[in-house]
Amino acid sequence: MAKTQIHTPMTHTGSITSYIIGFVLSVALTLGAYYLVVNHVLDGTKLLATIVGLAIAQLIVQLIFFLHMNKEAKPRWNLMVFSFMVLVVFIVVIGSIWVMYNLDYNMMPKEELEQHMIHESEKGF
Amino acid sequence: MSQHALVVKDKTLSGFWAYLMTDLVLFATLFATYGVLRNNIANGPSGKDIFDMPFVLVETMLLLTSSFTAGLAMIALHRRQAKTMVMLLLATFALGAGFLGMELYEFNHLVHEGHSWRESAFLSAFFTLVGTHGLHILVGLVWLSVLFGQLIKKGITEHTERRLLLFSMFWHFLDIVWIFIFTFVYLVGVM
Repeated sequence: MAKTQIHTPMTHTGSITSYIIGFVLSVALTLGAYYLVVNHVLDGTKLLATIVGLAIAQLIVQLIFFLHMNKEAKPRWNLMVFSFMVLVVFIVVIGSIWVMYNLDYNMMPKEELEQHMIHESEKGF
Repeated sequence: MSQHALVVKDKTLSGFWAYLMTDLVLFATLFATYGVLRNNIANGPSGKDIFDMPFVLVETMLLLTSSFTAGLAMIALHRRQAKTMVMLLLATFALGAGFLGMELYEFNHLVHEGHSWRESAFLSAFFTLVGTHGLHILVGLVWLSVLFGQLIKKGITEHTERRLLLFSMFWHFLDIVWIFIFTFVYLVGVM
């Protein structure tokens, strides 16, 4: 009986403590990312990498403490479906941005391309 | 609950999870569109010019708290504490409505300033992505209202319990999508 009940993670109702931990961590991660961006604590790529990291951390926190994904009994079908969808999301999002960036670059008008190359060479290789 | 009913409940929740994953793909395509078009501002404003960050932070906190109260309501449901559960669901509804109200205020303000979806590809993508999330929130609020009606009429039964669990999954899912809108649209937009 008990085994069937936790077959799907969402049927397993977590404890109040787990929701409180999840909530506090989510608030902390949100405020942390907000603070870093609004106060320009880091620059450019470092800042981007950090806030993306904080978003992924919050995703994992909510999957565990709000949706109890870790409590699923084997075989973990829901987790498998989720993992596959993460892969699909990555291909769609990163793929689109990559392809369209290259399209923009390769179809740049001549004058703009010259400006772009001057700008890039100023940055140094 | 009988063994059979439990199996049915499990299957329904797994099926609903599969639906949520397809919804995730819908959001992924909108995120991809936004990612591609975010710099095409066509002499209009960029994210930096139009995003009011303290306002968005409050909005985010409202939705996060409503996800939290929805989770606590499921514990009350599990313990059959009907009164506590209804209070928590009412709080979830109020916070969700507050979030939606703030979003509509933001949209209305932008359109009023002349920055509607017609101004640039960036704004079209922005309104589509954030608006689709808002539409999901609206559907969630309607769904919750219907559930209130069913709870008044039937009380906590096998069926209302299952529907409430499905609603809570939907609501947690929408908060997870919002984390990424908050990060990739708003935070990256003002960076």
